[in-house]
Amino acid sequence: MAEVEIRAVTKLFNKMPAVSDLSLTVGNGEFVALLGPTGAGKTTTLRLVAGLEAPDRGSIWIGGRDVTREAPADRDVAFVFQQYSLYPHLTVFENLAFALRAPIRRVPEAVIRAKVEEVAQLLHIESKLHNKATQLSGGQMQRVAIGRALVRSPAIYLMDEPLSSLDAKLRGEMRLELKRIQTDLGATILYVTHDQTEAMTMASRIGVIESGRVMQIGTPREIYENPVNAYVAARLGQPAINLLPATLFAGAPDAARTIGARTEHLTIMRGGGDVQATVKRIEHLGDQSHLHLDLGGQPVVTLSDPEADLAAGDVVSLSLNNPLFFGADGIRIAA
Amino acid sequence: MAQIRVEALDKSFGTFHAVRSASFTVEDGQFLCLLGPSGCGKTTTLRMIAGLELPTAGTIRLDGEDVTMNRASARDIAFVFQFFALYPHMNVRRNIGFPLKCEGISSAERDRRVVEVARILRISHLLDRPVSGLAGGDRQRVALGRAIVRKPKCFLMDEPLGALDTEMREEMIRELRALHDRLGATTVYVTHDQLEAMAMADRIAVMNNGVVEQVASPRDIYDRPVSLFVADFIGSPPMNFLLFRGSLQPGAAAIRLGDRDVPVPAAREARADSDLVLGVRPEHVRFSDRGMVRGEVYGVEYLGTTQIVTVTTSYGALKARSPASLALRTGETVGLDFRPDTLSIFDQQSGRAIRTALHEGAGHG
Repeated sequence: MAEVEIRAVTKLFNKMPAVSDLSLTVGNGEFVALLGPTGAGKTTTLRLVAGLEAPDRGSIWIGGRDVTREAPADRDVAFVFQQYSLYPHLTVFENLAFALRAPIRRVPEAVIRAKVEEVAQLLHIESKLHNKATQLSGGQMQRVAIGRALVRSPAIYLMDEPLSSLDAKLRGEMRLELKRIQTDLGATILYVTHDQTEAMTMASRIGVIESGRVMQIGTPREIYENPVNAYVAARLGQPAINLLPATLFAGAPDAARTIGARTEHLTIMRGGGDVQATVKRIEHLGDQSHLHLDLGGQPVVTLSDPEADLAAGDVVSLSLNNPLFFGADGIRIAA
Repeated sequence: MAQIRVEALDKSFGTFHAVRSASFTVEDGQFLCLLGPSGCGKTTTLRMIAGLELPTAGTIRLDGEDVTMNRASARDIAFVFQFFALYPHMNVRRNIGFPLKCEGISSAERDRRVVEVARILRISHLLDRPVSGLAGGDRQRVALGRAIVRKPKCFLMDEPLGALDTEMREEMIRELRALHDRLGATTVYVTHDQLEAMAMADRIAVMNNGVVEQVASPRDIYDRPVSLFVADFIGSPPMNFLLFRGSLQPGAAAIRLGDRDVPVPAAREARADSDLVLGVRPEHVRFSDRGMVRGEVYGVEYLGTTQIVTVTTSYGALKARSPASLALRTGETVGLDFRPDTLSIFDQQSGRAIRTALHEGAGHG
């Protein structure tokens, strides 16, 4: 494992920057997630580290070595793609062993066997080793795809939305597994996703990326509790943060144009609060209920307390406790 | 608009029994989701309602009329597929207007209706654009527009959002539901995604192995699942299952778990000593030093407002959803309690829920 450094990298496609002046360090043993929407430059960043793309400016360092001009095979990285492509005619064992059997590596057969069995155990697929890859469920296939990267012990694992083709339940299980494996191995991972849950639950640090730039990097809690701007604030949290005109509440700083209010910033009472709102709808999503309010024409969505016993049409009062404030340019300002 | 009644519908493909005696009613203006894993028979059921497959047995009634053997074109139904095929050589306006052209509707009337549909779907600005350059969500809106423009009696949708990414899907979920509220058209919507079903449906029919296991409101499906399958399929993370052996008497309001009495909703039926399952939703697990079940924290997943805590216990790994402010470390020993009035009990062998006081509020959610 090794530290990976992206130094002021810019990558142009048709003269348009896909990644602009991006700098990021993934520490040894760290799990960094790049979180952003489609087209933000996440995958391009990953491909630049892998050597599948060459930067127009800047450099890439792995383990203290400038690898910017090195071929992918020389960089000691392992890539896990969104669409796992296993060799359908090979068994799970052969799929896992494939990378180790490459002629240039010259790994002794006994070492290959030991390594494959160790990784299979880690991924809970040891009983499937002699099945054909096509006889596996989607979750098992994705485990094999991840396993193929794990057998190699590279400097860094690069993962491009590896869980997005799995169903919700499997994704939930794999999140926990992947995090456990990473911790157990002390693996260095750069992970790309548009799923905030994946980023928050697995990453040691999240880099929020938009239009090829990293807007903020920090621990999940830092990003969630202390976003630098309204865009970052809106990326994390379910339901999404409510961005409301500052004029709706008294007490906002003079420069504030927008108030950011999450569930934990809102107190809902039957009366006596700062402002009145009407309950429009309560959406029961199972594990949580979303309370949809109308606040002077502004929609507000917050988690509903299951014991609150509210119904559509009820008038409630709202008060804020330590919300976030943003200026006209969307930049966070102190309360 | 229309009511759809499906009565004892059966479909076999050779020796494969795809749908077994499915019965449910979609009331006029209702939004029903057929929800289940792949291969459960939900799409086959939808295709039979559309007239794209003929049932082996059973009846389909559209507004009381038996349409079981009618051709698809005689059913006044619009179908929206997962892999929407737009005509690549036509612009958005002509794609949406195409079904009306096929019906021989005048170009003035056609244009008026296309403009109206585009306004509802908020794609007016795209009308003269070619469809090839459109983003995924906009392409899906055009596909929807082509279904809406015919003003059919009902809409049948087969995973229409399946090909979109998470963010676009969440936006389209809100839009589809808002559209339904505005048009009030009877809708049957097939999905394997429980979040789509929970967020959009008035009622959900959960299918498994060709059988409709439960038809109820999203809230009842979540709070009062009739089977282990439904309980496990709905909810993320899913319900925790604690296997135990015991007996139940009507009125009994506790079960014996290890050496502790765990309060549960009062039983309404008797069970002799048998293998049972206690079902606990993660949000109904509480941390307590004197908790009934003890275990070790295996992992904590931070979600901002809440967190999911996985605890290894003698009943397997249990998941709890707690406020993110609760500080827990991996490896720490904790005690767990369960919120009594929310618990489900199942018979392990049949997989069916045992009737308790929990089910007495059903139907009002």
